[in-house]
Amino acid sequence: MSPGMSSMQRVLTTLGHQEPDRVPLFLLVTMHGARELGVPLREYFHDPALIAEGQLRLRARYGDDCLYGFLYAPLEVEARGGDVVWVDDGPANSGEPILRRPEDIRDLQPLRVADAAPLGRALTAIELMKERVADEAPIVGVVMSPFSLPVMQMGFDAYIELMYERPELFERLMQVNIESCVDWANAQLAAGATAICYFDPVSASDITPPERYEQWGGAVARQTLARIQGPTATHFASGRCLPIVPEVAETGTAVVGVSAHEELGRLKAACAGRLSVLGNLNGIEMCRWTPEEARAAVRAAIAAAGPGGGFILSDNHGEIPLQVADETLQEIVAATREYGRYPLTEASGG
Amino acid sequence: MTNVEAGVMDQELRSFESALLALDRQAVEARLDRLLERTDRIAAVEGLVIPILESVGERWERGELALSQVYMCGRLCERAVDRILPPADPRRSDQPPTAIAVLEDHHLLGKRMVYSALRARGFEVKDYGRRTVASLTEAVETDAIEVLMVSVLMLPSALRVRDLRQRLDELPRPPHLIVGGAPFLFDDELAAAVGADAVGRNSADGISLLAAYCDAAGRDGASGGSGGNGASGGSEPAPHTGRQI
Repeated sequence: MSPGMSSMQRVLTTLGHQEPDRVPLFLLVTMHGARELGVPLREYFHDPALIAEGQLRLRARYGDDCLYGFLYAPLEVEARGGDVVWVDDGPANSGEPILRRPEDIRDLQPLRVADAAPLGRALTAIELMKERVADEAPIVGVVMSPFSLPVMQMGFDAYIELMYERPELFERLMQVNIESCVDWANAQLAAGATAICYFDPVSASDITPPERYEQWGGAVARQTLARIQGPTATHFASGRCLPIVPEVAETGTAVVGVSAHEELGRLKAACAGRLSVLGNLNGIEMCRWTPEEARAAVRAAIAAAGPGGGFILSDNHGEIPLQVADETLQEIVAATREYGRYPLTEASGG
Repeated sequence: MTNVEAGVMDQELRSFESALLALDRQAVEARLDRLLERTDRIAAVEGLVIPILESVGERWERGELALSQVYMCGRLCERAVDRILPPADPRRSDQPPTAIAVLEDHHLLGKRMVYSALRARGFEVKDYGRRTVASLTEAVETDAIEVLMVSVLMLPSALRVRDLRQRLDELPRPPHLIVGGAPFLFDDELAAAVGADAVGRNSADGISLLAAYCDAAGRDGASGGSGGNGASGGSEPAPHTGRQI
């Protein structure tokens, strides 16, 4: 145990499946940065300086263990000319699919990251964060997995039908998306991101069958992650992954982001020594948690997954809703410091 | 039904479900056709399609099936039922005017799945597509909708149901409001908090909730009603209970 670790040391220690000074906390807040600075969400996410400043201020306020380079889910679709739908109280959503017909996939070409202005905003924000934080804390970059991005590219129903009924077009779409994803991830690493969070909710076992993971999402992940020049964390964004943990470990990822619908202790046991676990506070319930409920949830999560390291406390979705109050976030932070100190004891939740 | 008949039906159900999960459309239609040689169309739908849709929904709840499988099963069932019970079939009549919509979000999968399941069950449902609170309220009033099913993807849209509820309650006859979608799966208290009358956790729940409404409201519902014959006397379902099944 090393008291007074930096966030980077704390995270690297736990990812090495050792116990750091305390359980690391990734408070994955994005939109709260706009509130912190008093600007509308749309304005905030169009200004890299605001994004970087928002992240830095949030970390100063909460003292958690990372900066988050995630802007909004449809960023990569916007980079291809897709519409983004903005609301003033929640995350931006993707508009009408850009691939109107499956046949449009034949003409699709890999995205040129250098030419995509929306991605440039995220890269600049990461550069600005890196200038300020250096190596004291990790900066987490984000990509949508090539396997999950088509939900926004063509619509969920059309994509499911493509997977099952048009294997040749599915394969073509995956190859185009893999090229784009690799370039996008490596550009973020070059800009200063420490690691890449690979969001892959469609691979979750409640979205596509576990027995298909090897053939679909797992195959795509193996091809993609092998070419990303830095560490990766695979996040299922509230989806279940316990049935596919052994296969996920084979993709080369270091961390798995898990669902509030799964038992954290069982997941930790399944991942032991192979994958670190990130999760799994329920972000939706968090909106109405009392301080006591927040503390109880933190304590239970640490007790289930904290022992031995290999665990980062976080929410279960990869983005905390804007409706979660500052007081609740403060309570999560305080409870993590109280219950997450190593060595864990029964009193502290371990 | 004798033990022998029950055994035969159980075998039919198992082979129908296998064909569905294998996405074998020809086998699905062949098994439905075989049943039609022994029974009428309505009995075939109620005896084969509905139990399977319910089973598929329950298996998704238990984590035994994935959403993609549930979606594809619903699509196959919808197509199969449309073959034997066309949309204009008079047996689809005497149902409460029902509509389904996605509130604000642009991703329509959940609505599509529920819509498919309801049609496979024989319900006629107006599909409003994506709507705002204002345009949905207007459509409900114009069409005198009695049951409104609302699907959401994002938390802000789920919270917008509260505004929708207020607007609907200003209508002369507020509809029975059933909600569903991801945010409701992660917080058991959310549906009641936004003023929904009921919440469905999967597409089969959509069928059960609509059939239950028909029973409670004394409506026949689709194809004679599931477990209800319309004889329950016209009592209105209690509003705003946030009931979860």
